[in-house]
Amino acid sequence: MKEERKDWAALAKLPKFVELHRKKKAFLLTLWCLGSIMFYLLPICAGYAPEFMKVKVIGRLNVGYLFCLLEFAMTWIIAIIYTHKSNTYFDPLTREVLAEITQGAKR
Amino acid sequence: MKKNLCTFVMGLLFCSYAYAEPVAPPVASTQKSSVEAQSSVTAASGAGAQSAATIAVPPPAASKAPAPLSKEVKSNKSITISMFLAIIFVTGVIVVRASKSNKTAADFYTAGGGITGFQNGWAIAGDYLSAATFLGIAGLTSLFGADGLMYAVGPFFSFVTILLVIAEPCRNAGKYTLGDILSLRSSSKVVRGTAAISAVVVSTFYLLGQMVGAGKLMQLLLGIPYNVSIIGVGALMIVYVTYGGMKATTWVQVIKAFLLMLSGVVLTILLLWKFGFNILAFYDAVALSPSIQEHVRALLKHTTPVAGFDYGQRFLETGLLLKDPLDQISLGIAFAIGAAGLPHIMMRFFTVPNAMAARKSVVISMVLIGFFMLMVTVIGFGAALYITPQQVMAVDRGGNMAAPMIAQFLGGGVGSIGGDILMAFVCAVAFSTIIAVVSGLILAVSAAVAHDFYVNIIKDGKSDQQQQVKVAKIAAVVVGSISILLGIACEKQNIAHLVVLAFAVVASSNFPVLLFSLFWKRFNAGGIVAGLSFGAIFAIGVVLVSPTMTYPKKIAADAKKIVDVMEKKQLEGTVLSEKDMKSFIKARADYSSNKDGTSMVGLDSPLFPLKNPAILSVPVGFLAAILGTFLFGSRREEEKFDELFIRQNTGYGIADARDH
Repeated sequence: MKEERKDWAALAKLPKFVELHRKKKAFLLTLWCLGSIMFYLLPICAGYAPEFMKVKVIGRLNVGYLFCLLEFAMTWIIAIIYTHKSNTYFDPLTREVLAEITQGAKR
Repeated sequence: MKKNLCTFVMGLLFCSYAYAEPVAPPVASTQKSSVEAQSSVTAASGAGAQSAATIAVPPPAASKAPAPLSKEVKSNKSITISMFLAIIFVTGVIVVRASKSNKTAADFYTAGGGITGFQNGWAIAGDYLSAATFLGIAGLTSLFGADGLMYAVGPFFSFVTILLVIAEPCRNAGKYTLGDILSLRSSSKVVRGTAAISAVVVSTFYLLGQMVGAGKLMQLLLGIPYNVSIIGVGALMIVYVTYGGMKATTWVQVIKAFLLMLSGVVLTILLLWKFGFNILAFYDAVALSPSIQEHVRALLKHTTPVAGFDYGQRFLETGLLLKDPLDQISLGIAFAIGAAGLPHIMMRFFTVPNAMAARKSVVISMVLIGFFMLMVTVIGFGAALYITPQQVMAVDRGGNMAAPMIAQFLGGGVGSIGGDILMAFVCAVAFSTIIAVVSGLILAVSAAVAHDFYVNIIKDGKSDQQQQVKVAKIAAVVVGSISILLGIACEKQNIAHLVVLAFAVVASSNFPVLLFSLFWKRFNAGGIVAGLSFGAIFAIGVVLVSPTMTYPKKIAADAKKIVDVMEKKQLEGTVLSEKDMKSFIKARADYSSNKDGTSMVGLDSPLFPLKNPAILSVPVGFLAAILGTFLFGSRREEEKFDELFIRQNTGYGIADARDH
């Protein structure tokens, strides 16, 4: 290992880093849980509410079929939300934290 | 590098004609017309659109339903073989070009981190969409309707977990393998060893599933004997991986993803063209097809049609195949978190320079994979409509030939040049799929063996670049050879449970451990080893006692029923028809050979009711990791967490990691 030993514990207490980590965790966890609930709702509905899944919505397309399509759409929406939030909020914050860490290393 | 892609497309066009000549002289006479074939493809389907508009449902095959179903697909061997050769040739060129830049271990495992996010996105799609996804989901949809679509949601949803939890932290904290990330938490060699074993075991299950599938597919597509195709595919992959490393593997995967998308788009457009791109009219036609209605009635075991029951509509509803909700949730868990820990997928994130590129690559692959899955299900419905489920099943019980067959139909039908070319193209794409996935897997296993075992455990990390690359190549050869031998040995085995097993094992061992080491401060070596080993062993154990295995007593009981019915018929004095007689003899043989048998672990009937173990084994895996952590606490390792935590959140220090 080329780099010098760092006081990682102290770095982990940097206010900016704590903020980054807390916000990120809350955001990711919410998104992941919402996505998972939607995902498991599909087999649950298919298994326990088959009559509901059979309701025709447009032409012969029924709730079950459209539900599956909705899952695909939801996954893409999650990707868009996450990318947007990362680009506009987490990335700049990460750069600030990185700058502080490297500054600390020089001192 | 875009040159490669151009080379490939040109190569494909030229080679397919160039090779066709020497292989089969009769084709040479039709050379001129084969050039025009592509335009006739579109012309033919244009005519199809008109007829579909005027007559409500004219599935051509349905009208001659009483005719015996052909047992095999008539393909034009010379066109098919030339397409295969074209793919081998083009990928070979890429491998040769890539082999010149494989000097360091980083080049070999991760292409020196020099793949862009965009390229990696295509490569992930190429790595993840196996032949099972393409041919399997199309087949599933053609046989079980909307359940094919519902099944496709699971593998796709897994990318949410990959995007949110795995991609960026792994890029920030890791180097080549899962072992690298875990070693940041604990310097214990046991941890690295366990991680390597786990990667090898999981990838071998997955690899074996792919190899056996490849052998059967080649048999089906080209008529090449099973053993020959396994050895051929295996040897080709060994050469690709040892010479080309990650760079070649990446490009092979990118090209494969491109071909796969192309074939999906072409087939979907040709199919929906017949209905003027009116998806509602398309599904109307599907539901009104007499063959499909007949097939659904057989699936539901209604011996006489129930009045007022819309069998066609039932095909568009879920639940024909996936009946048990618990089993489905279990499968969902395995997919949702299992894919995130697959070593060959994880490895792809080490090939990009930073977290931003990793994120971009996941999003791109999500778009590609999502659209592809949707297209595949439409193609599957198309196969059900035009080829009929009965015909699909007659060729291959699992429905694997649905996609090539509908391609042939859409190109102009059996015997037409357009049909032969389109079918050969789809088969060649399926072949390139096998190449891409198998080479990714071999590379992942070779990284675990060479980087984790040899360099970090035996050599304590002290090994020069040349030696590392050499060992990695030797490992790839050994891994490839073993997979060939296992593939040959497993010809007669039901390999479906191997892939299920791979996902379930990863979900209950790699995933909990990875999650905890990235996010839980107290997690330590004890937790890692306990989680990895116990989670995996438990998942395998549950599969061994689940209904996925073969239970001879159950086969015997089913056979007994047929025997009883037939004997009763005979006693009543009815003369058995030829068909009945055949099934009578077969059932009697099945009964006598299975009545005293037990499953692989000596059971009469499954102990665990579900096919997929994840719903039970994932919580057990998490629990094992937690218990292990508390039993073997270590202050020092908790302190190391801060370092990993900063690294995985900010990407600090990945530049050092790369030139190390």
